[in-house]
Amino acid sequence: MAEDRNEAWREELRKSTKNSERLQIPRIHMNELNAHFRARTRDEVNQGLTLEQALQEAKRCLDCPNPTCMKGCPVSINIPGFIKNIERGEVLEAAKVLKQTSALPAVCGRVCPQEKQCESQCSYKINFKKDPVAIGYLERFAADYERESGHMSLPEVAAKNGKKVAVVGSGPAGLSFAGDMAKKGYSVTVFEALHEIGGVLKYGIPEFRLPNNIVDVEIEGLRGMGVEFVKDCIVGKTISMEDLKAEGFQGVFVASGAGLPRFMNIPGENLIGVMSSNEYLTRVNLMDASNEESDTPVLNGMNVAVIGGGNTAMDSVRTALRMGANRAMIVYRRSEEEMPARLEEVKHAKEEGVEFMTLHNPVEYLGDEKGRVKTMRLQVMELGEPDASGRRSPVPVEGKIIDVDVDVVIVSIGVSPNPIVPNSVEGLDVSPKGTIVVGENMQSSIPTIFAGGDIVRGGATVILAMGDGRAAAKAMDEYLNK
Amino acid sequence: MNKIVAKEHFSENVVKLVVEAPLIAKSRKAGHFVIVRVGEKGERIPLTIADADVEKGTITLVAQKIGVSTHKLCALNVGDEITDVVGPLGKATHIENFGTVVCAGGGVGVAPLLPIVKAMKAAGNRVVTVLAARNKDLIILEDEMRQASDEVIIMTDDGSAGKKGLVTEGVESVIKREKVDLCVTIGPAIMMKFVSLLTKKYELPTVASLNTIMVDGTGMCGACRLTVGGKTKFVCVDGPEFDAHQVDFDEMLMRMGAYKELEQADFANKILKK
Repeated sequence: MAEDRNEAWREELRKSTKNSERLQIPRIHMNELNAHFRARTRDEVNQGLTLEQALQEAKRCLDCPNPTCMKGCPVSINIPGFIKNIERGEVLEAAKVLKQTSALPAVCGRVCPQEKQCESQCSYKINFKKDPVAIGYLERFAADYERESGHMSLPEVAAKNGKKVAVVGSGPAGLSFAGDMAKKGYSVTVFEALHEIGGVLKYGIPEFRLPNNIVDVEIEGLRGMGVEFVKDCIVGKTISMEDLKAEGFQGVFVASGAGLPRFMNIPGENLIGVMSSNEYLTRVNLMDASNEESDTPVLNGMNVAVIGGGNTAMDSVRTALRMGANRAMIVYRRSEEEMPARLEEVKHAKEEGVEFMTLHNPVEYLGDEKGRVKTMRLQVMELGEPDASGRRSPVPVEGKIIDVDVDVVIVSIGVSPNPIVPNSVEGLDVSPKGTIVVGENMQSSIPTIFAGGDIVRGGATVILAMGDGRAAAKAMDEYLNK
Repeated sequence: MNKIVAKEHFSENVVKLVVEAPLIAKSRKAGHFVIVRVGEKGERIPLTIADADVEKGTITLVAQKIGVSTHKLCALNVGDEITDVVGPLGKATHIENFGTVVCAGGGVGVAPLLPIVKAMKAAGNRVVTVLAARNKDLIILEDEMRQASDEVIIMTDDGSAGKKGLVTEGVESVIKREKVDLCVTIGPAIMMKFVSLLTKKYELPTVASLNTIMVDGTGMCGACRLTVGGKTKFVCVDGPEFDAHQVDFDEMLMRMGAYKELEQADFANKILKK
């Protein structure tokens, strides 16, 4: 429990409204752009809460003596602490509480799967079988309110301790680590391979879910704390780990993220128009390919199929709609129940008109005389026995094959870890899957190298990556002060 | 931002740029490439490194004006800055003393061939270089190649320099007269395809450096993939050099055309109109 619960204002606030009264307030609905309209624009789908809505939602929180919600948060945000500050109208204070533990609150408020984390542990859900407090919406509200107020606060930064640490990759794991280490007084330099800072927050997650300017503001916040960023620099290629050591970096946090996209190795997969979700989203998000000014092209399909059922698949298929597709389809070999995507993403995709072809699996793509994909051949599936993941495994229904017209196919069935650091550092323990092996404290087989995010997990969420960054910062700080 | 410190026109459409990039100059080896981007709305395009000077901290790039991005790059002058240069990328050329190596370059492919010729020579190989172009004016780096190679054979389509004929005829003349242990070829995909078909006939091991479409160039997007030996490979991290006899050049040629129509329209809008 956070100590701030005993402060006088908190006690008073708890007494001001009876729990029975709080429990009667229904959960707030997120304001959303109209589905028909938004499916053709890049504007953010979720419009955020008004102050009035946020105050009402904050009132629902019971300020439990044992806030179980916090156990569901990978970065242990002081959830009642920030919500009660909203309730008493001190939204800027609420934003400060968020920043104590999260380097990117405006990002987390938008893209965290709260329904599987904090909100799944909310006492409303556990004890009262009611809809949980909308923690994610409130987090986003506080962060947005602060940004729009023009009074951005910087977290307290300790005096410089004279130690230098390096970060490989500027995605969520790297940024979270950088923020925590800067707070502890380290000089932090983040090396990024691409020409933009933000990693998957920039190249992967589309603007209708996470506008780029939101990410930029959070990055500016880290700059304000003294974090330095170096673009166009690949550790393991442009400079080596030895170079970093020679430059006086005492510790390195590797958060180099995703690497090669997986394909299914079926006939026709190299036809023109078949591409990975990484390629499609990078062209549209990072390279801004739909803007006429941009020099990067992208193939815009009328009939677009996205293979896969994860969040990246939802991002891709919803992007395809916004790029002008008439028909945008999700092709997934299991049933909707097994889909790994967030419920909200599936709901939004359906509202926008995405077709869900569940229990279908591509077996071949056929092209025209120029090598452009024109047909996908799908095997109809049914659910069999549960597999190792506990999900019922799909099995083909013999003889049931259908052909569907397509002009763009986006394969979104996962990625393997980025191979550059694992391949370039001698003595680094790497798993057969290509992920960097770390102990509980995120330390690799080389004591000065820590790692986290997708390079360790092989494909996870923004918040798990941020949790890794936070854990690694704590552990590296302890290690360097031994 | 990387400053251009020297520029030279090899021909109307082919430009050599010497660019400040001290870290890349230090870490690059023969066969490596960089990704460059011109302007804040620029495209990321791969270019193989033609040379480097560690002391001066520069790398040399050779580009041919083809589409919007290469036009923008070639329009830059000494003192201008390239928005982004990142690398070195890809795997370096496998260099050892093979014996006799024939290096066959066509068009701007001759530029990235130069560091390979130098490295092969330095490793003790006898190096015979075959340079090919449509005509005399399009032959580039001839002097540098002559300095680096044991022998240089020039082939032009019209016979205006060297012998009249295709690159394959030059390569075949060497194979027929002496024992050759390895062929390295860099040039347009169609040229590499025919060099590969020729050397396959003679069972001469051949390496081709492929210049497929890329976006990030660091092993993330998969745009550069193609079939090598029946398996999908990624040129940016598995290559850019492959056993030419295993490469599906027809698939590569097809995939290179993926954005042709879009690029032509973009070119008409952005370059021709101005």
